[in-house]
Amino acid sequence: MSTSFTPFASFGGGMLIGLAAVLLMALHGRILGVTGILSGLLRRGDPRDWSLRAALLLGMVLAPAGIRLIWGDWPSLQVPVPTASLIGGGLLVGIGVSYGGGCTSGHGVCGNARLSRRSITATLCFMAAAFATVYVTRHLIGA
Amino acid sequence: MRLFSALLIGLIFGSGIALSGMINPAKVLNFFDLAGDWDPSLALVMAGALAVAVPGYRLVLARQRPALAPAFQLPDTRRIDLKLVAGSITFGIGWGIAGFCPGGALPALGTLRSEALLFVAALGGGLLIARALRRAG
Repeated sequence: MSTSFTPFASFGGGMLIGLAAVLLMALHGRILGVTGILSGLLRRGDPRDWSLRAALLLGMVLAPAGIRLIWGDWPSLQVPVPTASLIGGGLLVGIGVSYGGGCTSGHGVCGNARLSRRSITATLCFMAAAFATVYVTRHLIGA
Repeated sequence: MRLFSALLIGLIFGSGIALSGMINPAKVLNFFDLAGDWDPSLALVMAGALAVAVPGYRLVLARQRPALAPAFQLPDTRRIDLKLVAGSITFGIGWGIAGFCPGGALPALGTLRSEALLFVAALGGGLLIARALRRAG
């Protein structure tokens, strides 16, 4: 499934992601890592902490509807993989980010922005693994 | 104010994910497909995010405390160990298989697409499995 290069939308969208991370740190003093926010939600804890996480995630989930409202159209979302890959991939992602202590947002944006050596290492590992995996699934197995 | 600001931050983040294309597994997988139909867009997502977050964090973290909380909560681990490396590689493999990462999938839930729902359910399952494994080990 081919997609077109969208430099302006992607850079602009990236800036919004960075802005959200800076605002969360400035106001609430927290790292904007979806892994961390989600794992805290799956744990019973301090209700004030839980409600903050829930509000953040609710905002994220509402975003496509907001875009639909302003733009008139849903953001494009195409899934070129079978159901089994979504489930298997989801399980691997969940286990991996749990042990790795973060994902693209927590390590890739926030940690790298703080020049954390852990986050730079994590980012190099997951990017390299994803490039290798897609090469295997698309050019070795799927060819 | 506390929860409203968090909701708004989530909304900004989710809009960024949606506009940038990170919400779209086809685009994500094409970024990783160097030998195929390569779409370099996602490199610009990371560049845009860091262009704001690097100077933004520098300004914010120079302050005494955040505006609505008593203190900054920053991770204090510095160690680069097998857990970090193996966990991140596992995450990358799953990302390459499914095309969704957690930050892409949560906003994708809002489109009510069954694929996003399935992925997020599996992601939650994976987080709970890892937690159970750690408790057992």
